[in-house]
Amino acid sequence: MASAPSKHYTDDISLLVVTLDTNPFFWSTFSFHFSDFLSQVLAFLNSILLLGQLNQVVVIATGCNSCSYIYDSSSNRNHASTNGTMPALYSNLLHNLDEFAAKDHQFTTDHKPPTVPSSLLSGALSMALCYIQRAFRAGPMHPQPRILCLHGSTDGPEQYVAIMNAIFSAQHSSVPVDSCYIGSNNSAFLQQASYITGGIYYRPPQLEGLFQYLSTVFATDLHSREYLRLPKSLGVDFRASCFCHKQTIDMGYVCSVCLSIFCEHHDKCSTSLYLARLNLMLPQQTVGKERLLNVSGFITLILSCSQESLSVKSLLISSIYVS
Amino acid sequence: MNNIAGRPLNGDVEDDDEDEANDDGLEAWERAYTEDRSWESLQEDESGLLRPIDTTAVHHAQYRRRLRALASNAATARIQKGLIRYLYIVVDLSKAASERDFRPSRMAVIAKQVESFIREFFDQNPLSHVGLVTTKDGVANCLTDLGGSPESHIKALMGKLECSGDASLQNALELVHSNLNQIPSYGHREVLILYSALSTCDPGDIMETIQKCKKSKIRCSVIGLAAEMFICKHLCQETGGTYSVALDESHFKELILEHSPPPPAIAEYATANLIKMGFPQRAAEGSVAICTCHEEAKTGGGYTCPRCKVRVCELPTECRICGLTLISSPHLARSYHHLFPIVPFAEISPSSQNDPSHNFTNTCFGCQQSLLSQGNKPELSVSCPKCKQQFCLDCDIYIHESLHNCPGCESFRHSKSVTSSQ
Repeated sequence: MASAPSKHYTDDISLLVVTLDTNPFFWSTFSFHFSDFLSQVLAFLNSILLLGQLNQVVVIATGCNSCSYIYDSSSNRNHASTNGTMPALYSNLLHNLDEFAAKDHQFTTDHKPPTVPSSLLSGALSMALCYIQRAFRAGPMHPQPRILCLHGSTDGPEQYVAIMNAIFSAQHSSVPVDSCYIGSNNSAFLQQASYITGGIYYRPPQLEGLFQYLSTVFATDLHSREYLRLPKSLGVDFRASCFCHKQTIDMGYVCSVCLSIFCEHHDKCSTSLYLARLNLMLPQQTVGKERLLNVSGFITLILSCSQESLSVKSLLISSIYVS
Repeated sequence: MNNIAGRPLNGDVEDDDEDEANDDGLEAWERAYTEDRSWESLQEDESGLLRPIDTTAVHHAQYRRRLRALASNAATARIQKGLIRYLYIVVDLSKAASERDFRPSRMAVIAKQVESFIREFFDQNPLSHVGLVTTKDGVANCLTDLGGSPESHIKALMGKLECSGDASLQNALELVHSNLNQIPSYGHREVLILYSALSTCDPGDIMETIQKCKKSKIRCSVIGLAAEMFICKHLCQETGGTYSVALDESHFKELILEHSPPPPAIAEYATANLIKMGFPQRAAEGSVAICTCHEEAKTGGGYTCPRCKVRVCELPTECRICGLTLISSPHLARSYHHLFPIVPFAEISPSSQNDPSHNFTNTCFGCQQSLLSQGNKPELSVSCPKCKQQFCLDCDIYIHESLHNCPGCESFRHSKSVTSSQ
């Protein structure tokens, strides 16, 4: 990286951080094959690198149990395969992807989950943002960063707060989050991410021509986007759903202390009330394990399972454990 | 020409021999820089570019201190934070504010920092309200009423930057007190006073006013620009605020930004109130309506109040017609990180990394930067106590100050499920 300052960056040089959904549970149930998907994505990544000598591509694999960097075009450890049949991009990426998939599989618990688990989008976004901050730190001359999420698995409600945090951080440092969602229903998380950060959300209608979609919609750098007619985001529904009946509501009651949302008026906010009681009930040092189990069961009963409440619940529980 | 020999660096002094007699031989433009010594904060890197001196270690130490202070606060008042704040900023525009010890003047520095503070404040507290009060000529004036739009406050302040007369602490407090007394009880009442003067010109007994503020649970904080004053310290102690005196502009900025994250909730208010709020839907793109905020017809965009069906342009806001607070779910989500902060990371000193029990990785988990300095010696790094991943100092600051997620914890479901099913 010693030669970095001497590079002459202009406004059309991109740093593209791609998060790649490798969730095996999703791909095994999906009609389109992962290998077909990957070959189109690799061609796309190669075309990004060919668009400009200084363009940089980083790929983060997003599994269902872990996330990892699998390719960095600026790294000096990229070498073409020994027999010369494959270019550096493919051989390195595929090699790392294999390693990652094997590792991700190890984390999988023995019992098969009842539903398709979500990918760890929050982790991948957090890592991507950390990487981009490093590019910002390199000085005033840096490539224009953006994030592209290639995802197919469904949203994991337990990641809601973490993903929102990442989105706001991206917005704060003006990093657009583009998303290409290939699953069957729209992803609310990615729609929000692209809407808030000013990126593009697109769901290709036909996956056979994925490369075409990727190269026409997502290959353009931020500077050129001003001159193009790219898919416009349709309005995202930002209405909240209440914690008690998980209905989407127009008007509701918000707790002033914990910001829980309820659709009807109560005298006291149940979430805050139980937290306050927990604070009194459990002196911090003398928390016993059995007692904690009871407590978490207690909270689980109290809170119903709307999208927001799930995440808040898991956080509440984890915050109790931390103390 | 003797003095040329004495100062060989100054080659062309022939013309200004007369000027050199006064002001230690400095040109007027030179004098402006002698106090700043701005060149001292620059250094040359290997390719000859000028860069600011590497102060990461110092910054990081400062940041750790701040984090520890916050963590100890959070331990005593866990989770309970005042998220709906009503804050008055009192700006002292007495003649002391025209002093030039801050450059170009105290007043200009205050205005600049208040601007950035207001933006940061609304970023962190989307459900809160700010009002501006100025004090000069012995009286206090309300510049803007409590409101949620940063632009209107900034515009009002920039238009009123003239200073004269004396500051009056008591008048300012009385005015703020009468305004804050009307707000509903769930809101957290706060005053932030930016005080340049070393005196206060009061019509009555200020101690009574302080007691009144204490009784109304108004949290008063003061940032002084001159020297510490007893009355300010007393005010802050009585009402539970903080008092600090700025040393220079960067210190002032730091002090003022400390007031942007929500303070721990006052115990009496910790009982939660439920507030009625509306979640308006975005109006269809083609529809034409007159918005209440600008009172002009607009096509598309905008939101419709669910109660009185009137159009507003931006969220969050309060409906002008029915007074309903209008927000969207991301505004709530923006505040969640205050309730669930991530734990401070533990420092790993370079020496303990040789210890084989530690599995030391050579790169930062977040940004993949090498954690080895020149000569392959490990540098100072930190690790998350939960997921045990290592991070560089820059990522540590970014994660805690902006991201509010631990990339390590977020990218391992295993560690997550273990913590929540123990």
